[in-house]
Amino acid sequence: MSDYLTLLSFGPAGWGDEIARGVLVTVSLGLATLPIGLILGFLLALGINSKEPTIQTAAKIFTTIFRGLPELLTLFIVYYGGQILINLLLQKLLGSPVEVNSFVAGMIALAFVFSSYASEVFLSAFKGINQGQYEGANALGLSRFKTMRFVVMPQLIKLALPGLSNLWLIMLKETSLVSVIGLADTMRNTGLAARNTKEAFLFFAIACLVYLALTFLSSVGLERIEKRVRRGEARS
Amino acid sequence: MNRLAQTRYIADEMLDARPCPASARGKLFTLGKLTGAVLIAVWIAFFAAIIWFLIDSYDADYMSRYSVRYLDGFLTTIELVFWSLVIGGILSLPIAFGRMSKNGFLRQLSFGYIYFFRGTPLLAQLFLLYYGFGQFRPFWQDVGLWWLFRDSWSIALLSFTLNTAAYQAEILRGAIMNVPKGQVEGAQSLGLSKLVTFFKVVLPQAMIVALRPYGNEVILMIKGSAVVSIISVYDLMGHTRRAFSQTYDFQAYIYAAIFYLLCVEILRRLWDMLEKRLTRHLKRDNG
Repeated sequence: MSDYLTLLSFGPAGWGDEIARGVLVTVSLGLATLPIGLILGFLLALGINSKEPTIQTAAKIFTTIFRGLPELLTLFIVYYGGQILINLLLQKLLGSPVEVNSFVAGMIALAFVFSSYASEVFLSAFKGINQGQYEGANALGLSRFKTMRFVVMPQLIKLALPGLSNLWLIMLKETSLVSVIGLADTMRNTGLAARNTKEAFLFFAIACLVYLALTFLSSVGLERIEKRVRRGEARS
Repeated sequence: MNRLAQTRYIADEMLDARPCPASARGKLFTLGKLTGAVLIAVWIAFFAAIIWFLIDSYDADYMSRYSVRYLDGFLTTIELVFWSLVIGGILSLPIAFGRMSKNGFLRQLSFGYIYFFRGTPLLAQLFLLYYGFGQFRPFWQDVGLWWLFRDSWSIALLSFTLNTAAYQAEILRGAIMNVPKGQVEGAQSLGLSKLVTFFKVVLPQAMIVALRPYGNEVILMIKGSAVVSIISVYDLMGHTRRAFSQTYDFQAYIYAAIFYLLCVEILRRLWDMLEKRLTRHLKRDNG
């Protein structure tokens, strides 16, 4: 038992600090991806709702591709493809090959996937907003931007929140895939510990527990946000 | 008269043709049109670049060497997904019933199972089963189960089965809860046994509700199955990764992407057709 405690301690003999750093990387990757994914997803939803058929098609191609590809493949394509592309463009400028940061590659790949699914959530939320809301805003003389910002958005967030919460939990778990291209996140650091100590069961069980704890904390936080968003509703 | 004919009749017979409104005239270039044109141009350039790249790096030797492996990997993926879905589907029944049971212990147990498998990444589950359980080799050899934990294919199948069982149990539970209580009461008043009530009354109605989530689960499994390549199962992704590590030729990933996209898109379309066919009795014909 004390052996296990030494293995998990923070310090040169234990792996506690490495794992804690990995958790920090996991969380920051998730939090860094979220805003990009949300904004891109919202833009995609606007694009699919657009009157211009060309914009619709362009947005639909994007969501079809990134909803159809496995996340792992998307990650590899962004990582290796990005590397090839950047080197192709920068070869003449720099001369030396550039290494793509695995954090950035993971962020882009996850944001693409997240936004494709988020656009679906936003689209169905848009359907839940009554036409009268737009007409009312129009009658008040609000500009299109103000209609979106002050009339549609507050209602949209409420409708989209459950779907987006779900996507956040999925994305948080998918960050573990970035360990495959070498990002020192929870999965990679527990894997390193497992390999070095031969205590695979212990460390992978800890990895599972870490993700469970993160999901649990997220769902508690999301519940609070949902309560706050719904505070204007009449209580039953 | 159906609605379309009605609309046409009104448009043709009752209204006079009107000129194009002034606001729509003369606007060849709006911001929207420009944005759309640029975006489409970007996509066309993107696809053209990919096609050019594939033609440029075409190599008959490479093709003959890897096309068989890709097909083999594709079959492995399909096999893995199919069997884990089927076995997971069977396993999901007791879990879903445990979740709805009156027995508190059973309820807690299946809740814990579902929470664990839905709350942790597939990759972590795979590693826990493959490396973690593989650590207790003497024990498994004693019990006679070592064959299961030695082979990465059977571990992949096991972890996918356990994983999809948790998701399918939730789908099934949601669908069963969605069936109105009156249906069960009606069946009871007809004197049907519990088993007949479930299989002939509740399940068919629940399945229609569950159709869409099940379709999503199939697609999620196909996409998720790419993860098994990490524990060196040679599915489509596994062969792709091997081809890339042997040749450093990026076309490996592009072909894999085309394969996966086609597979998922075809499945999505088929599922849409299936859903339309199975729910045709729920649609009202209003032309």
